[in-house]
Amino acid sequence: MKLLTHNMLTSPGNARGFPLKIEGATVEEVETDFNAEFISRMVAKLEWDALLGALQQLGVAHQLPSAVPDKYAEDEAFLKALHHVLVEVEVMEGELVCPETAKRFPVKGGIPSLI
Amino acid sequence: MSRPELQAPAEIFYGEQEASKYLHNSRMIEVQASMAERALEMLCLPEGAPALLLDVGCGTGLSGEVLEEEGHWWVGTDISRHMLATAQERGVEGGLVHDDMGCGLHFRDGLFDGAISISAIQWLCHAETSEHNPRKRLAVFFASLYKALRRGARAVLQFYPQNPEQLQLITASAMRAGFGGGLVVDFPHSTRAKKYFLCLLAGPADPTFAMPNALGADGAGDGDGDGDGARAHVQNVGRSRQHARRAGAGKRARTPIKSRDWVVRKKESQRRQGKAVRDDSKYTARSRRPKF
Ligand SMILES: C[S@@+](CC[C@H](N)C(=O)[O-])C[C@H]1O[C@@H](n2cnc3c(N)ncnc32)[C@H](O)[C@@H]1O
Repeated sequence: MKLLTHNMLTSPGNARGFPLKIEGATVEEVETDFNAEFISRMVAKLEWDALLGALQQLGVAHQLPSAVPDKYAEDEAFLKALHHVLVEVEVMEGELVCPETAKRFPVKGGIPSLI
Repeated sequence: MSRPELQAPAEIFYGEQEASKYLHNSRMIEVQASMAERALEMLCLPEGAPALLLDVGCGTGLSGEVLEEEGHWWVGTDISRHMLATAQERGVEGGLVHDDMGCGLHFRDGLFDGAISISAIQWLCHAETSEHNPRKRLAVFFASLYKALRRGARAVLQFYPQNPEQLQLITASAMRAGFGGGLVVDFPHSTRAKKYFLCLLAGPADPTFAMPNALGADGAGDGDGDGDGARAHVQNVGRSRQHARRAGAGKRARTPIKSRDWVVRKKESQRRQGKAVRDDSKYTARSRRPKF
């Protein structure tokens, strides 16, 4: 589960079930092509605090600021750091916990299960 | 052989064996990929902008790969662990989520710039347990799809209705959820090539929204599936893609984005959508000297 995916997922059966807390995770890093335009387009769709929270829960070091910079589209260093955490950090095993109901959903082999 | 939906629940039917067909059966790969291409074409996404797309019932990621090749990023959901595990092993770029669409999609509101689904939603017409109610599951699915899409985004869903009642049930469920749009039937005169695409618009009503034209609807498709130009065209698209895949000698052959091949393919697809596109020349996709 990439963190871009995590940033979109909500808890089944609870509209306020966001963000899902990540527990007991093992993380792998993969390398993927950097597409500045795509990452830049994703910024407006992200829940920034949820992303920072997920990074903290995973204990992944990063260089992201506490808020999105104003001129982020021209800020290549920022976009590259964001690219890395969004699509190169992959949660392989662990659990997702609904913040409202504490219901748990497993992540196995890199795939979160909401069933 | 009877229809898959009548044999076993999806999470059972799409087991290891079925998943491996999506890796090795080239005819199957070709058919799925060309339907995904057609669905992407009908999404009418703005030219050249990478989009965030949803693939419902993504299976092994064949359809997602078509989206990747056009530079988009996708999230796929599927009820079969085996299909998803195969997608993960193949190293698809998209995000994968194990989920039952009949229980709704579980994403934040208004995220996706478009959605596709290839050969999956007819499964919703089948009750697998006594609690399953196809009408309810369809209603839940379409309502959640509507919410997950950005306003003004489209969803193109190809499916295999078993009978006219299912066709009606699925279409009516989509309309009840608030979608505009309707059905596009490609090659309506051919039993083999005939394909149903539900082409939906997540409101508000858009006066510029035009339903895509069906392929082979002019009667040229005569049903024997071998002669007419439009059908031959679809097959060729599938074939060249297939060819590109094989060229990778086992590994997935991805066309690097912005390479000449990628640009030429993209221009081809835009021409098919009826857009004005410059002719290909020796300058196509050449990098330009920086301007000051
Ligand atoms: C014919 S396969 C197509 C896979 C992929 N779209 C492709 O074109 O290669 C249908 C897929 O729909 C999935 N499916 C069936 N019922 C589903 C449900 N209720 N929720 C999510 N996926 C489902 C199956 O697991 C299977 O992977």
